[in-house]
Amino acid sequence: MSEGSFVKPRGGRPEPVQVVKQRRDAALNALVHGVPYIKYLGIEFDRRGDELTAVLPFDDKLIGNPLLPALHGGVTAAFLEVTAIIGLSWASLWEEIETGRIDTQTLVAGNLPRLPKTIDFTVDYLRTGLPRDAYARAKVNRSGRRYASVHVEAWQDNRARAFAQATGHFLMPRLDG
Amino acid sequence: MDKDKMARQFTEAIPHARALAMQIDHLGDGVAEMSMPYDARFIGDPDTGVIHGGAVSALLDTCCGASVVCHPASKGGTATIGLRIDYMRAATPGQRIRTRAECYHVTRSVAFVRATAMDDDSDRPVASATGTFTVEGGA
Repeated sequence: MSEGSFVKPRGGRPEPVQVVKQRRDAALNALVHGVPYIKYLGIEFDRRGDELTAVLPFDDKLIGNPLLPALHGGVTAAFLEVTAIIGLSWASLWEEIETGRIDTQTLVAGNLPRLPKTIDFTVDYLRTGLPRDAYARAKVNRSGRRYASVHVEAWQDNRARAFAQATGHFLMPRLDG
Repeated sequence: MDKDKMARQFTEAIPHARALAMQIDHLGDGVAEMSMPYDARFIGDPDTGVIHGGAVSALLDTCCGASVVCHPASKGGTATIGLRIDYMRAATPGQRIRTRAECYHVTRSVAFVRATAMDDDSDRPVASATGTFTVEGGA
């Protein structure tokens, strides 16, 4: 389905699809690329409409067990946590961007919203993380004014065979600054 | 001595532990202390310069694994089954993160671990963790 068909007209005619895509991608890029640790791990986000898929391209520095070899459990935890934080932030930002309450230009200029803070995070290691690219998606279980609960699943070759999953609670950034 | 050597090799052979410049500060029977320096590449909040929780998780996970490997009942390597981390406060930017893990119970198949992460103010922990790990080479 074309992305333009989701767009609520902003004052009359629907916006051209390129304009909409550009605004959304610019907002996402500003959010993701503003965090040094996300860049260090090499995590990128694929966007289809409002759905995000985090991608962790394999790199030697991510290995935890060189004999197998396998991804480091800490890398897996970090990948899941990054996916949860960005997914949660994006879900709350989406509405603001779509209604025009947040101007993408101010985001791109570096005026990023405060990110949610992790309260607790529980990782369930299901299988060995193989030395290849990994993917993850977050699902916001509930997002209130102060607290949020997020579930994340990570997989490699086969979407139905997750190698790790996690649930975490987050403190939402205060809207008054 | 052998356990010490094994645990040191275990950690030093881990590419991701090297990448984050993790260091072993102390190893005992079922106890490990590890630390890593503050590094601007690992910042999670660009406004404050606070290290990302994920980097702290990586150190806690490694330290927990090391405590399992140097437990008297352990015969080899280990892998994480489950790990829960509570973040009590933001680590102070510029300060080393230090972790201490204690493997407090081991069965034939499972090792139970708890750990704490601190910065220079060791009276107020930054994070705490509880984890379960595999026991390799068990009967």
